Amino acid sequence: MVIKNKTITNDDWNVLRLGGQDTPESVVVPPGKVIVPLKVWQAQRDALHERAELGVWLASDERAEDLRDDLDKFSVIAVDFPKFADGRGYSIARHVRARLGYRGELRAIGDVLRDQIFYMQRVGFDAFAARADKDIGEALKGLSDFTFTYQASSDEKLPLFRRIQRGSRS
Amino acid sequence: MYRYDQFDHQITAERVSQFRDQVRRRLSGELTEEEFRILRLQNGLYMQIHAYMLRVAVPYGLLNAAQMRTLATIARKYDRGYGHFSTRQNVQFNWIKLQDTPDILADLAGVEMHANQTSGNCIRNLTCDEFAGVARDEIVDPRPYAEILRQWSTFHPEFAYLPRKFKIAITGATEDRAAIAVHDIGLAAVKNAQGEVGFRVLVGGGLGRTPVIGTEICDFVPWQHAISYLESIVRVYNEYGRRDNLYKARIKILVKAVGIEEFRRRVEADWRYTKDGPCTITVEELNRVSAFFTAPDYEQLPEHDAAVAAQLCDSRAFSNWVQRNVKPHKAPGYAAVVLSLKKTGIAPGDATAKQMDAAAELAERFSFGELRVTHMQNLVLADVRQTDLFDLWQAARELGMATPNIGLLTDIICCPGGDFCSLANARSIPLAKAIAERFDNIDFQHDIGEIELNMSGCMNACGHHHVGHIGILGVDKDGEEWYQVSIGGAQGNDSSLGKVIGPSFTFAQTPEVIARLLQVYVRERFADERFIDTVRRIGHTPFKEYVYASPVEAAEGLTGEEYALLAAPYDTPLYSAGV
Repeated sequence: MVIKNKTITNDDWNVLRLGGQDTPESVVVPPGKVIVPLKVWQAQRDALHERAELGVWLASDERAEDLRDDLDKFSVIAVDFPKFADGRGYSIARHVRARLGYRGELRAIGDVLRDQIFYMQRVGFDAFAARADKDIGEALKGLSDFTFTYQASSDEKLPLFRRIQRGSRS
Repeated sequence: MYRYDQFDHQITAERVSQFRDQVRRRLSGELTEEEFRILRLQNGLYMQIHAYMLRVAVPYGLLNAAQMRTLATIARKYDRGYGHFSTRQNVQFNWIKLQDTPDILADLAGVEMHANQTSGNCIRNLTCDEFAGVARDEIVDPRPYAEILRQWSTFHPEFAYLPRKFKIAITGATEDRAAIAVHDIGLAAVKNAQGEVGFRVLVGGGLGRTPVIGTEICDFVPWQHAISYLESIVRVYNEYGRRDNLYKARIKILVKAVGIEEFRRRVEADWRYTKDGPCTITVEELNRVSAFFTAPDYEQLPEHDAAVAAQLCDSRAFSNWVQRNVKPHKAPGYAAVVLSLKKTGIAPGDATAKQMDAAAELAERFSFGELRVTHMQNLVLADVRQTDLFDLWQAARELGMATPNIGLLTDIICCPGGDFCSLANARSIPLAKAIAERFDNIDFQHDIGEIELNMSGCMNACGHHHVGHIGILGVDKDGEEWYQVSIGGAQGNDSSLGKVIGPSFTFAQTPEVIARLLQVYVRERFADERFIDTVRRIGHTPFKEYVYASPVEAAEGLTGEEYALLAAPYDTPLYSAGV
C-alpha cells in the first residue's frame, strides 16, 4: 500500500535494493514493475531501456542532475530516506521538480513517517511508501497538518505574500 | 512591532494542534522516543538533567508587555516562578512537564508567540541588534527583514532536517551588536553608492568545538533577493554538509573543507535557478511589514534634559547607572535603557515572574509598551524619555534590575551549565556568582571599565567563551570540574577568538585567576585603554607569566556548593509510557 494523490492505494512496484554481494553491474533485475537504484540504471541502462515500465530511486547522497537526460524513461522516480532525520531527500525532490521539470510520480521511500510527510509533500513528493510497521492511515493524516504555508515550494509556486492578501497594520 | 494576521494565527494554532497530537502519540507509545525527540526539539523542548526545558522564541529579541506578562504567567503556572533569558534572545523555562507543553504553546500562541525551531537541526530563531530602530549608528532598520526571514524560515519544508542547527543574525548598524561573525549566516544591512539597501553576507562563522569567524560570501545582495540567496546557501549546506560526524556537521566545516570560493560557486550555481523567481521579495511585502516597525509617537524634546543633569550631580548611584545602562537614542530627548539581569547573587539572565510582570509595567509606563531581550542576557526599554530616567531608575532599583554593570566585569554571559544541562562538563552559574561576588564593588568595576567575561560549561560554547575578552570554559578531568581560561576574544566589528593562557584551574582558584589578569591590565594599561586593547597591544605573555608565577591559592571554603542551585528532585519522571 502506498499513499498516492492523497489516497491509500494498492501498489505493485517493487524496490530493488542491492544486497551485500550485489554489484550494480551483476545484480539481476527481476521482471515486473521494479524501482531500481540509480547505479543499477547507469550500469544496465541498455537492457533496462527495453522495459515497458521502470522506476529508479536516488539515494540521499546522489544527485538529481544524473537523471536529467533520462526522465522520460521512468514511470516513477523515488528518493530514499535512510533515516527520517536525513534531510537531503527534500532538496533532491526540489531539484527533480524545479530544475529538471519532472511531472511524473515522485515517491518517498525508506524511513517515511507520518510527521515528516507534510514537508515531503511540499517539496514535490506525491507518493509515499510509509514505513511498513506504521499505520498508513495515520500517515495519511500527516498530509493535512497545515492549511497555510509561508514559503514557495513545489506545491505552492508562490510564497504566501504573493499568494494571498496579507493583513496590514490597522 | 509586528502583529499576526489571520494566516500567522492559523499557522501557529495548527502547529500547536500538531504538537498536541505528537505528545499524545508519544504518551500512548505510538511514537518512540527516537521518533519523538526531533519533533519535540523543533518545538523547543529539551530533556535536561532534572526536567524538560522549554525554550520559547523571542523573534529577533522583541517583546510587548502582554507577551512578557504571559511569560511571567507561564513561569508561575508551569515552572518554578522564574525564567532564563538566553544569549539567543530567547527565554528558557527549566522545570517543564511534557504533558503541559501543548497548553503552554497554546498560551503563547494567544499572544503571538511560539517555540518553533528553537532547537533541532533547522533554522533557529533569528537574532538581531537590540537597539534596532533606535540606534544612532543605524544605516538600515533590520527588523522588517528579520520578520520576513522569520516567516520564510518557519516550517520551511526543505530545511527541517539539516545536518545540524543553523543560526542567522542580522544587524543594520555601523557597530555590530548582534555578533554576526559567529553565526552560520551573518547579515549586515548596508546601502550601496546608489542608496539601495542590500546585505553583506557572512557565512560559516560559529563557536562550539571549532570556533570560526565567518567569511564574506557576498558584499552586496540586494534586499529583494535575500530569501532566494539564503535559500541557496542553506540548500548547498543541506546537500553537502557532513552528516557522518555530529561535531563536523555545521556549515563552517563545509565552508572550510571546500573553501569559500568553491562554496560561493555552488551557491551561485544554485541561485541562478531561483534568482528573480517567485521568492523575490516585493516592495509591497517590504512596505507591509515595515509599517509595523515605524517609530513610535515621539515627543519633540530638547537634545538634553537639564533636570537630568542636576540629578546626575546629586546622585552618584544614578550617575553610575546612566553611565553604564543608558544608551544613546536617535530621537532627541530619548534614551535606550538596559535593565540588568546580572545582579550579584542571581544566575545571569534569570528573571522571576515578579520581575517579568514589573518589566512589562515599566515598558508600558516608560517605553511605549515594548521590550527587547539582548544577546548579553539583559532587557532593554528602547524608547525612554530622558525626563523619566530618574523615575525609571528608582523603579528598576527596587526590582533588582538596575545594577550599573552593563558592559562591565559582572555583566557575565553564562550558559545554564552543569546545574541544568546534560551536556555540561562543569557548572557555570555557581562560578559566575562567585566571580560576581568577589568583584561586586561597583567602583572597582567602573575602574576596570569595559570588559566581557563569558563562560561556558562545555565546549559547545553556549556562553560564547571564545569571544569573551576573558573566556572561561568548564572542562572535565577525571570527573572533576576544572576551568580553562582564555583571553583576547571579542565579538562585534573586530571579532577575534580568545587564546587559552595555560593549564586549567579548580573552581576555587578561578576568581583569583581573574583577579591576577586584572592586576596585569591595571599595571599595563594606558589611560582609557580597554582590557581587550591592552591584551592586543602587549600580547598574552605578560598575563600568562603573572598568573602562573606563583601558585594560585584556592579561595578558602569556596567549593561552589554554596552557590549551587538546589536541584530539588523532580516529582514526576521525565517520561514514562502511559503517564
